[in-house]
Amino acid sequence: MKILVCISKTPDTTSKIAFTDGNTKFDENGVQYIVNPYDEWYALVRALEIKESLGTGLVAIITVGGADNEPIIRKALAIGADEAVRVDSSDNDSLFVATQIAAYAKSGNFDAVFCGKETINYNGSAVGGMVAELLDWPYISLASKLTLEGNVAVVEREFPGGEEVVEATAPFVLSAAKGLAEQRIPNMRGIMAARTKPLQVIAPVEANTHTKIKLYTLPPAKGACKFIPADQAGDLIRLLHEEAKVI
Amino acid sequence: MSILVFADHHDGKFPKSSFEAVSYAAGIAKALGTDVVALTTSNLSGDGGLGKAGANKVLVHNTNSTDSQQLTRLVLAAAHAASADIIIFSHEITGKMVAPRVAAKLDAGYVPGATALPDMSDGFSVNKNVFSGKAIATIEVSSSKKVISVLPNSIGLTQDGSDATVETFAADLGSAGLKVRTVKKEVKDGIPLPEADIVVSAGRGMKGPENWGPVEELAKLLGAATACSRPVADIGWRPHHEHVGQTGVAIRPNLYIAIGISGAIQHLAGVNGSKTIVVINTDQEAPFFKAADYGIVGDAFEVLPKLIEAAKAYNANK
Ligand SMILES: Cc1cc2nc3c(=O)[nH]c(=O)nc-3n(C[C@H](O)[C@H](O)[C@H](O)COP(=O)(O)OP(=O)(O)OC[C@H]3O[C@@H](n4cnc5c(N)ncnc54)[C@H](O)[C@@H]3O)c2cc1C
Ligand SMILES: Nc1ncnc2c1ncn2[C@@H]1O[C@H](COP(=O)(O)O)[C@@H](O)[C@H]1O
Repeated sequence: MKILVCISKTPDTTSKIAFTDGNTKFDENGVQYIVNPYDEWYALVRALEIKESLGTGLVAIITVGGADNEPIIRKALAIGADEAVRVDSSDNDSLFVATQIAAYAKSGNFDAVFCGKETINYNGSAVGGMVAELLDWPYISLASKLTLEGNVAVVEREFPGGEEVVEATAPFVLSAAKGLAEQRIPNMRGIMAARTKPLQVIAPVEANTHTKIKLYTLPPAKGACKFIPADQAGDLIRLLHEEAKVI
Repeated sequence: MSILVFADHHDGKFPKSSFEAVSYAAGIAKALGTDVVALTTSNLSGDGGLGKAGANKVLVHNTNSTDSQQLTRLVLAAAHAASADIIIFSHEITGKMVAPRVAAKLDAGYVPGATALPDMSDGFSVNKNVFSGKAIATIEVSSSKKVISVLPNSIGLTQDGSDATVETFAADLGSAGLKVRTVKKEVKDGIPLPEADIVVSAGRGMKGPENWGPVEELAKLLGAATACSRPVADIGWRPHHEHVGQTGVAIRPNLYIAIGISGAIQHLAGVNGSKTIVVINTDQEAPFFKAADYGIVGDAFEVLPKLIEAAKAYNANK
């Protein structure tokens, strides 16, 4: 099975979120970048596990973005991906990104595209579904368990109030949620090997971009916390009703 | 031209988020002087309340398909029939699956998780949360066709609409790419977490799974769903679907009560959209207090019985 895993770069979860250039650009000052957790912990690791259990196949990773993505690409290679491709572009409109991924998946004859549930910086949950539509493939979103029965994927997915087991025949697009796999820490051998694994840089195919971030704003600051003495804790219920009006 | 909105249902019932999506469509329709056409796959009695929320017409295509390819074909057919250039979803499991497909097929700009009505005074721009709620981005959409999914619990409901006309809508859905094998409902009488207005959540401060009784009791008294921090789900004290935060479910209830949770940045990322936050923690330095509206510095094992007693008294007088 040939699996293409979509990897994106995101600020470390503890980064300070600030903006520059009249609040039109994310302030990268002092920011550490990581592989988007859903892409790394779940999508990539499950793809690797599948290849290992089948004893054959290929796991390639794709990133749409500039050269500043190379550290996270090397990280994903160190975890175990076989090869990488970077579509050289600074555009990050979801449909633009999805068009690049779909084009590569098609030309490379992949059997499946794995992506994360969402990026933790844009929170789109958009790219996977778009790739699926562009390829006219089934879309298994929010997968928390995946097993393969031949070329049929059997997937558990959670929905509000329950879970279901669904199946789809390859080729398909899958978005990875928590539970799909366990995080892997790259070892020294992996890190050394990653340096020499193939990383191909290709030009983007033509695609429209229809959305652009015009401005960032920070949410209004919280007012001060009102403390209630522990021995009068019951008073909270009254305040929630009379003052906050939430019960 | 009209605004099309996909009104998702769960077992024939519309969750609040579907009414919010219809209200959102009504807000745009009002500004543009046009109509709202709602599409549903549920067999309705009357207009299912969608008229009151702002729909003028309801198209019913009765199917139990949850496959994204089939639902995409359905929405595309309805958009064509209603000559809609703007299509609204709610940013929930079905919307997240179908909206991006529809946008890709129509070559439309897509705004996932809108938190406010579009600003159409200069072009077309829509706000959405980014960085897991730590900032808001204003997204400019330049295409003529637009797809927007509305973040649950972030816009008000329209209540003043009148009855909508209901029509059955025929469409060829083609074959399903995804087949459902089994469905397991986890919350039988409880409230699904993403839809709850009130959430009572607890963390490692509860010491062990055997201590969750009072947490569940308080939740029940308040009509709340229960949630937990990530380590609590990871060690198996609580089921995974209760895990909220950056890597769990993101929620925006009206009231979030956090008991014995320190308030790590990754936890806050999933709950900081809550309107009112209550924090109960023995450690007055716990970072969660900085994000709280109400705080109690104290031992959960002493505070919870007091809250339960007060909630019982409150319910008795309601
Ligand atoms: C990339 C990444 C993603 C993550 N994603 C998430 C996520 O989605 N969700 C999430 O929750 N975490 C997430 N985490 C983990 C997060 O960093 C914290 O470790 C976690 O939230 C801590 O859980 P906790 O508050 O239950 O436990 P602790 O941090 O151990 O806090 C327990 C709290 O209980 C208090 N306490 C102790 N005894 C009592 C008592 N008797 N009464 C009242 N209070 C008491 C303590 O003072 C303490 O504040 C993530 C971490 C990383 C690195
Ligand atoms: N620039 C990108 N390059 C490669 N994959 C991406 C990119 N952006 C998003 N993805 C993938 O699409 C998923 C969903 O992203 P989003 O729609 O932005 O929430 C991510 O988890 C990644 O797997």
